[in-house]
Amino acid sequence: MIQVIVNGLSVGAFYALVALGYSMVYGIIKLLNFAHGDIYMLGAYVGFVVLGALTSWLSLPTALGLVLVTLVTMALTGGAGVLLERVAYRPIRHAPRLSLLITAVGLSFALEYGVRQIFGPQPSHFPVQIDAGSVHLFGATITIARIVVILVAAGLMVVLALFVAKTRQGRAMRAIALDAKAARLMGIDVDRTISLVFFIGSALAGAAGVLAGAVYGTIDFLMGFIIGIKAFTAAVIGGIGNLYGAMLGGVALGLLESFGVAWLGGQWRDVFSFLCLILFLTFRPTGILGGRVQERM
Amino acid sequence: MNWLQLDAVDVCYGRVQALRQVSLQVEEGEIVALLGNNGAGKSTTLNLISGFVRPSAGSLTWQGQDISRLKPHQLVAQGIVQAPEGRRIFSTMTVHENLLLGGYLVRDPAQIKQRLEQVYDLMPRLRERSGQEGGTLSGGEQQMLAIGRALVSGPRLLLLDEPSMGLAPLLVAQVMRIIAAVNRTGTTVFVVEQNAKAALQIAHRAYVLDTGTVSLSGPAAELAQDPRVVEAYLGGA
Repeated sequence: MIQVIVNGLSVGAFYALVALGYSMVYGIIKLLNFAHGDIYMLGAYVGFVVLGALTSWLSLPTALGLVLVTLVTMALTGGAGVLLERVAYRPIRHAPRLSLLITAVGLSFALEYGVRQIFGPQPSHFPVQIDAGSVHLFGATITIARIVVILVAAGLMVVLALFVAKTRQGRAMRAIALDAKAARLMGIDVDRTISLVFFIGSALAGAAGVLAGAVYGTIDFLMGFIIGIKAFTAAVIGGIGNLYGAMLGGVALGLLESFGVAWLGGQWRDVFSFLCLILFLTFRPTGILGGRVQERM
Repeated sequence: MNWLQLDAVDVCYGRVQALRQVSLQVEEGEIVALLGNNGAGKSTTLNLISGFVRPSAGSLTWQGQDISRLKPHQLVAQGIVQAPEGRRIFSTMTVHENLLLGGYLVRDPAQIKQRLEQVYDLMPRLRERSGQEGGTLSGGEQQMLAIGRALVSGPRLLLLDEPSMGLAPLLVAQVMRIIAAVNRTGTTVFVVEQNAKAALQIAHRAYVLDTGTVSLSGPAAELAQDPRVVEAYLGGA
């Protein structure tokens, strides 16, 4: 039981980290950024490269090295997100919604096959893994790696929640999500704030990508596809556009999957998630926390 | 030198011309009203000054500088701040947060705090409601909040779009008193109003906009007596 919960939480942590970017971007410019899962993949590869470069220059203890790599990767992946928004989305921001959506899908393919072009179709092996063993808790065996994932994700989410709730820039993001014209009248530079949202969302996905590499050991150019859809599902379950909804949705989806797998077997994992997506889209499209439709982010 | 000056400005939306050869000016310390019926181009004029639409001809200057190419947030940085039509309060944020957003470009926390106090002193109702969500306020309170929010930015020119809209007569009078009080503290005000009677009571000068062109202008006291204004905008004699 404990085992199932911890598994669910650690998978949910990945979903939540990626779902946050989905949801924040949707909240601020009403775009379903279907390339966001591939930002996660990009993060894993960026981490892979940074890790390679860093270990060849200096010899740090693994833990400290991983922290450093994660931070550098977050910055770089965040920058990539900003760049993508700038070149792909901003020029057509006022075009019909469908054009944006198609651009997002195109961008997703470009990222996947761009990375394939550079690193090849075969999976790459992450040079460092979190394999500090496992602990026994109430009769369950829990790997340290899963605990690290949960703690890191929780830490990042707390920082993000405080940032959005308490700081001037966080207020600006919420203001744009509520009423972009009024936000402009407050002197908010909307373009810059949108860039910041892409930076934060992409940095979180990048962090998730590095963690995935360090926990699972291998990465490949299509790894962002499924998690992208799962994160979208999580965002919808929680209430898309809502920050806490993305966190809640991610964790809820992780737990649902984990229990589903425990009861029915691994082959039912994706069936379970997408059944949730369909049920929510049909019966409660605003998600758990999206009761007030105008409440975004 | 005039603070705000529009010279023979045209504005077009596609092929529809919304403003034609509009010239007007606002001087330091004044309250200037822009009157006119629905669709006369009043809101377009404010959207022009706030940088949401561009003139297709003519010039728009602020303290002698061309501002026709500046973006809305750059104009706020110049001290040209608008409380928009329909208030546009951030409905799920508290009154306090709404006011803080007004001070988005103010970097000095002490200054924001001081201005918040001034706004709360001017409109005590907002102080009582400071922890409440903006969307729960009454229409009159929301209008006060919209004005207060603009004041926290420290405007040099305060633009008001239909501040009396949808308010009961008693509240209209109260909002107008607040605008006059703001003006007495040294803020220049340019107010767009359909309620000509209310606006002419506080304005120093006024312009009347009629299907995109200025048809009348002059001191408010004179316009209030002008038969053409009385007949068209003050409900007859």
